[in-house]
Amino acid sequence: MAAGVAAWLPFARAAAIGWMPVANCPMPLAPTEKNKRQDELIILNVSGRRFQTWRTTLERYPDTLLGSTEKEFFFNEDTKEYFFDRDPEVFRCILNFYRTGKLHYPRYECISAYDEELAFYGILPEIIGDCCYEEYKDRKRENAERLMDDNDSENNQEGSMPSLNLRQTMWRAFENPHTSTLALVFYYVTGFFIAVSVITNVVETVPCGTVPGNKELPCGERYAVAFFCLDTACVMIFTVEYLMRLFAAPSRYRFMRSVMSIIDVVAIMPYYIGLVMTNNEDVSGAFVTLRVFRVFRIFKFSRHSQGLRILGYTLKSCASELGFLLFSLTMAIIIFATVMFYAEKGSSASKFTSIPASFWYTIVTMTTLGYGDMVPKTIAGKIFGSICSLSGVLVIALPVPVIVSNFSRIYHQNQRADKRRAQKKARLARIRVAKTGSSSAYLHSKRNGLLNAALELTGSSDDEQHISKSTSLIESQHHHLLHCLEKTTGLSYLVDDPLLSVRTSTIKNHEFIDEQLFEQNCMDNSMQNYPSTRSPSLSSNNGGSTSCCSRRNKTTTHLPNSKVPATRLQSMQELSTIHIQCSEQPSLTTSRSSLNMKSDDGLRPNCKTSHLTTAIISIPTPPALTPEGESRPPPSSPHPTMNISTTCSNVVKVSAL
Amino acid sequence: MRSQGRKESLAESRDLDGSYDQLTGNPPGQTKKALKQRLLKLLPCCGPQSIPSVSENSVEDEFELSTVCHRPEGLEQLQEQTKFSRKELQVLYRGFKNECPTGLVNEENFKQIYSQFFPQGDSGMYAAFLFNAFDTDHDGSISFEDFVAGLSVILRGTIDDRLSWAFNLYDLNKDGCITKEEMLDIMKSIYDMMGKYTYPAMREEAPREHVENFFQKMDRNKDGVVTIEEFIESCQKDENIMRSMQLFDNVI
Repeated sequence: MAAGVAAWLPFARAAAIGWMPVANCPMPLAPTEKNKRQDELIILNVSGRRFQTWRTTLERYPDTLLGSTEKEFFFNEDTKEYFFDRDPEVFRCILNFYRTGKLHYPRYECISAYDEELAFYGILPEIIGDCCYEEYKDRKRENAERLMDDNDSENNQEGSMPSLNLRQTMWRAFENPHTSTLALVFYYVTGFFIAVSVITNVVETVPCGTVPGNKELPCGERYAVAFFCLDTACVMIFTVEYLMRLFAAPSRYRFMRSVMSIIDVVAIMPYYIGLVMTNNEDVSGAFVTLRVFRVFRIFKFSRHSQGLRILGYTLKSCASELGFLLFSLTMAIIIFATVMFYAEKGSSASKFTSIPASFWYTIVTMTTLGYGDMVPKTIAGKIFGSICSLSGVLVIALPVPVIVSNFSRIYHQNQRADKRRAQKKARLARIRVAKTGSSSAYLHSKRNGLLNAALELTGSSDDEQHISKSTSLIESQHHHLLHCLEKTTGLSYLVDDPLLSVRTSTIKNHEFIDEQLFEQNCMDNSMQNYPSTRSPSLSSNNGGSTSCCSRRNKTTTHLPNSKVPATRLQSMQELSTIHIQCSEQPSLTTSRSSLNMKSDDGLRPNCKTSHLTTAIISIPTPPALTPEGESRPPPSSPHPTMNISTTCSNVVKVSAL
Repeated sequence: MRSQGRKESLAESRDLDGSYDQLTGNPPGQTKKALKQRLLKLLPCCGPQSIPSVSENSVEDEFELSTVCHRPEGLEQLQEQTKFSRKELQVLYRGFKNECPTGLVNEENFKQIYSQFFPQGDSGMYAAFLFNAFDTDHDGSISFEDFVAGLSVILRGTIDDRLSWAFNLYDLNKDGCITKEEMLDIMKSIYDMMGKYTYPAMREEAPREHVENFFQKMDRNKDGVVTIEEFIESCQKDENIMRSMQLFDNVI
């Protein structure tokens, strides 16, 4: 029931008076309104813009936010109005929906923003009226395609899929040559050989020089061996490539059915057939024709050329227009050929011997070629011939713009997709920077907090001004949250702060080194100190150890998902477990406070044989920031973020998230 | 784009059939003007200035109907004429005007509005009867005054008023008595509103039987027609009917 006619419900109920006298049984009781309120105006304040409507207008759709009691959550007691902190422009459309029963979609509005608003107000998009539904659906589809595009390219670039077996790597290399240099090399080599093969085919037929005997030989026969070798080489390459693709294809059956694979097969079959059949002379004629198929090799270029693919796709998508063109041309050809035939029947020595013979004339005339090998001689023939050529222009000119516009649309779409991909990289980089920014903010505050604690304990009051950092309430609450998480799990984020080490350490040989060197050192250290490492791959680490001091025996055990190429590390966080086997026994208690103490006097952590296990999250830093990706506490000061389990030989292993 | 092509092709075929005139959208009966238009267009001498005069008329006609607007009498007058309060009249008018911005409801509109309350069945016939009952001056359209007058009787009138309004509804030719045929029409229209999918399934004879029942109850002197006095008398004796008449007290 549309909203508008809800107002006519009293009328409909009144009209039921016609049923009463004829009814044989008593009527059911009518529902009564519990609290019969007079219709009142309610004020909806949306981001400052006030909308007013009757309460009953909103109550027409009780399963939406505004029509149900859900809106009471937004009631502002002080101003006695309902306040929504949302977009007032879209709210206009939504309120109109209540008023008129029709939901419109404004063209200027972004589709995702609109969808969000609809979802917020509890309105299903399917209610959008006819007038705007097409537009809405189109925009929605475009958006979905864009998202799919993004997801696809994301998945393609993720790359950090843990175990890509040989097959999958090969397939990816084939599909996207930019993934590795080897793939690129392969791509160019195949391209080169396709070109060579095509050129060979062409040059084969060029006459080059005469053989004594006054016969001009084509090059193919003169240098038969050379061409044969070239051909063989090309076919070898193509065969190998095809077999490799077949091997690597995720679905072999589907691959074999695909167009490109068929082209591949057609391109190399003639050679093999020729090999098999050269002896038999009856079929050598057929063999010669088979060689025509070698020209299909040129289609293999479509793997290399985006434009060719677009052209092919355009033709496919314009199939109906092309079909129409073909059909109308055929109709016109038949008509005109018939007419010309009968018109020219009378004239002597006419070339229009039959209707099919006239087809040739008609086609040549309609496409405005006009070879002139067949011309009408009678007057009637000439008249019809001119009509034929005029109509030909029209018939051909009509579907062509459609095809052109299709091509242009697809081409631009492709360009936009490429642009989006490029932008995506920049966008991801920005997101990474933001992420690392926030996490380093947390670490900063932690460091400040710990420094505070450390300084308190040691009673030192200098440097306090460095510590106090103004953080907003939200930030501090967020940090508190992260801190609680740390406490809950018993892990902690890596506080890798060179400043801390500088301030608290007297050891000068720890310098700011860059990540690479740090990683190198760590790797060396870990290799040295812990022979029985369980790490599957130490080659890819992003600085996970606590210290590179040789005094400490520690190792970094990297967890499985750290097997990523170095280039991908920026986006990853790693947890490493660290077994620390201390070499010296401090004389101090192993309380946490002592561990946090300033290390001027060279504190050592823990007892000798205890294992300190630390979980460390190493967060890669953006290049702008100087090495925070390392932790450089001096060897004498224990790592501030250690979660201490001080019982001897008690190893707490922490696993990656 | 493909769908567009299909739509266009449909139009083309209709045009070829001659059953649909693309220019004016009218059936071929009115294409004399259109033919003249098309011929004129082909000739280069006749510019566009001669064409609009032909087409404007049809457009104007339509335009006229739609711009006719009816404004009801003032609130005070309506308050006097009907038994509704000011606020109630306001609410009623707002609802009325929402559905019929021109202020007048014609039969088509009326049927369409009424059918929205009965999505399953066919309420067209009953709506037509209602229309005739509301349209007291029989000018083919219901204005707000008619609307409110009718509602006032049904919702705020005495039982006798309501009964006589119902009688007026049943009396299709307004001759003062209800015949069996009239009643049968009414009954069929009521049953039609139920639609096909009912439980138990509607039998063909159900309306007729119902009418027989009705006449047995109402027709005192068994003359085959029910007059208004018989009707009101019989209804007053029937408890069910009296009780159901009171349902209308709380509708607004």
